[in-house]
Amino acid sequence: MGLFDRVKAGLRRTAQLLSTDIRDLFKQQGRLVDDKFLTELFAILVKTDMGGGPAGSIRDQVGREYRGRVVEMTDLLASVKAKLLELMAQSDQELRLAASGPTVIMVVGVNGSGKTTSIAKLASLFRGEGKRVVLGAGDTFRAAAVEQLTIWAERVGAEIVKGEMGGDPASVAHRATARAVETGADICILDTAGRLQTQANLMQQLSKIRKVAGKLIPEAPHEVLLVLDATAGQNAISQAKGFSEAAGCTGIVLSKLDGTAKGGVVIPIRQQFQLPVKFIGVGEGADDLMPFQPREFVEALFADAVK
Amino acid sequence: MFESLQDGMRAALKTLTGKAKLTEANMREGLRLVEQSLLEADVSYEVVQSFMERVTAQAVGEKVLLSLDPSQQVVGIVHQQLIELLGPVDPSLPFREDVTVYMLCGLQGSGKTTTTGKLAKLIQQESDKRVMLVAADLQRPAAIQQLHVLGEQLGVAVYSDPNTKDPVKVCQDAVRKARQERIGVVILDTAGRLAIDRELMDELKRVENQVRPDKVFLVVDGMTGQDAVNSASAFNDALELDGVIMTKLDGDSRGGALLSVKQVTGVPIKFIGTGEHLDALEPFRPEGMASRILGMGDILGLVDVARRAVDEKKRVELEERLRAGQFTLEDFRDQIMQFMKPGLMMKLMGLLPGMGDLQQMMGSVDTEKDTKRLVGIIDSMTRAERRNPKLIDSSRRSRIARGAGVEPVEVTQLIKQFDVMAPLVQGMAGAGMAERLRKVRELQAGGLFNPGAQLMREKKGTGKRLSTKEKADLRKQRERELRRRKREERGR
Repeated sequence: MGLFDRVKAGLRRTAQLLSTDIRDLFKQQGRLVDDKFLTELFAILVKTDMGGGPAGSIRDQVGREYRGRVVEMTDLLASVKAKLLELMAQSDQELRLAASGPTVIMVVGVNGSGKTTSIAKLASLFRGEGKRVVLGAGDTFRAAAVEQLTIWAERVGAEIVKGEMGGDPASVAHRATARAVETGADICILDTAGRLQTQANLMQQLSKIRKVAGKLIPEAPHEVLLVLDATAGQNAISQAKGFSEAAGCTGIVLSKLDGTAKGGVVIPIRQQFQLPVKFIGVGEGADDLMPFQPREFVEALFADAVK
Repeated sequence: MFESLQDGMRAALKTLTGKAKLTEANMREGLRLVEQSLLEADVSYEVVQSFMERVTAQAVGEKVLLSLDPSQQVVGIVHQQLIELLGPVDPSLPFREDVTVYMLCGLQGSGKTTTTGKLAKLIQQESDKRVMLVAADLQRPAAIQQLHVLGEQLGVAVYSDPNTKDPVKVCQDAVRKARQERIGVVILDTAGRLAIDRELMDELKRVENQVRPDKVFLVVDGMTGQDAVNSASAFNDALELDGVIMTKLDGDSRGGALLSVKQVTGVPIKFIGTGEHLDALEPFRPEGMASRILGMGDILGLVDVARRAVDEKKRVELEERLRAGQFTLEDFRDQIMQFMKPGLMMKLMGLLPGMGDLQQMMGSVDTEKDTKRLVGIIDSMTRAERRNPKLIDSSRRSRIARGAGVEPVEVTQLIKQFDVMAPLVQGMAGAGMAERLRKVRELQAGGLFNPGAQLMREKKGTGKRLSTKEKADLRKQRERELRRRKREERGR
């Protein structure tokens, strides 16, 4: 299955929902674009979790271009897609890897966003490329989080550096990077405990972990990935802000995109913080992590609507 | 907790306030902003629509014409409708004679396992029942271990069976074991997966059909967006839900998904999770949430809280004294004392519009402790000093400070604070609601509700300091007094 097909498969339910609604708008071969029409369009857009602001601006653009006309679905979709692509236009999708020595990737996010699973998937991805991976089990807070990562490490064949339950996560980060340097590993992924962006002291702890990670490897962490749950709503914007301020996020992993949720909130996040989505999680298996491609993302979202 | 929604609503409602009359047109603009705010709060689109229709239907028409204060009327309606939508609540946890079985279900990462622990703790605290946790999540790696660790922390039994892949069997065996061991409550921690996952839903249905839990609770992440409607209906269709528990409400999530879930499932919202620790599970109160959402509506709440807090007789007395222009440090202390009831200060701050920020800003500042210091200082004064703070010179000040165990400068600060506050408070007596609110805002601006703000106050003459001449007069007075006493001693 090609990349495009996989994205499409992951997003099929989303696309079905979206396209069904849009098809409904065009039952009699084109419809008059009026207030009622635009409100319906707005509803469809809002349901992607992109937020009222971006949805409103798309609605307004469609309104400006098509009001009073009877339009074909393809015209409308072309306009919406253009707008979405414009919003999501981003470069640097690739992970920034160290020129030499281990690349350190720190993974952060709120409780239950899917950090540990995403780390397992990332590790699996690197293992697939024949790279050697060290995992730092820095979630020393949640019960059995270390065990969970240990099981994954065994499954994907990565080394793991563990911390004591309730121990200092910064020390785990230090030992993990030290281990990566010592063994000449290619990749070191640091797990952190889930936390809400409003917990000031825990956010400070992230800054500390980040600093410690750079002690042995000056440019580290090369990437700080924020794991966002695709089912999250507008609070994800606050998450992006809080975690970026504390940990200097460089990209997003959009997890759980295989359900009915659309993850449209990455649109305002891209708008406001220039934070690129680097990967999407589209399943529960270790290899269900894929690079994010805005064009394909948008296309797949509307793919079934264009007949 | 719902700060941001509150902020949004407050901004929206600002356009409704200050208008002399509420016309259909200006109400439409305000309601549109309310709608926008609800959407930004992640309330699902359909729920927002039906909510706005209800509010509009209520607000338009004769009620608006009859209302003396239309903006308050609209706020009242929005507030009332929100409460209606969120309620009624039922935080009860009924128990059977033998074994009561609670089942928790929800999406991955919604907080089921942590909530299982919290629920166990709550039951332990509020009843004499022994609790058993059951690890029915056989999917996520280490989920069983996580539950065992929680069980150890709580000192409750945990049942798991590493030899089976069948959650139904695990749950049935667990209930049987609980019955044998006379454990009164069993909580099933089920596997979380996507709502659209047939397999998971069938598995949950089988657990429900064959284990027959007494109550099934849906655990929902407080940060959920529009998808809340989809997942909630999937669970609602598959299972007989009895209640909802929303988690992660200690952050800045606007929690609008709660409205959606409530609308879809129609079952009561039981508890909300407000922290990482195992005791952070609170009974849900729609009034509190609706008030917080509204920001302005809570002025009504404030009046209510204040009324309940303040002794009615004392209030009338004070009101009279204020009207007569008498407001002394004694009254100040009485007022502080009234408000010192645990948690009340923070609650009031949260209720006051614009105070949400202040509350946040204060964060760790312990208002109640600071308030106690103020009371301590006033208590260390003589009656005469309390009635006329001008009497307090540097030696009296040192004595008061020693008595209250504070630095002398704090005594000075208190007196300054009182000097600023007294005329404002007196102005509030007998004034109408609007005038009072204006005064409250002045007080806020003066940082008077924030003892931590003392340092921020500008240093300037208050016009109340004793002049050199007054000081000299007082010194003379004291010396005369001393001489008189000496004379008396000699005369004896």
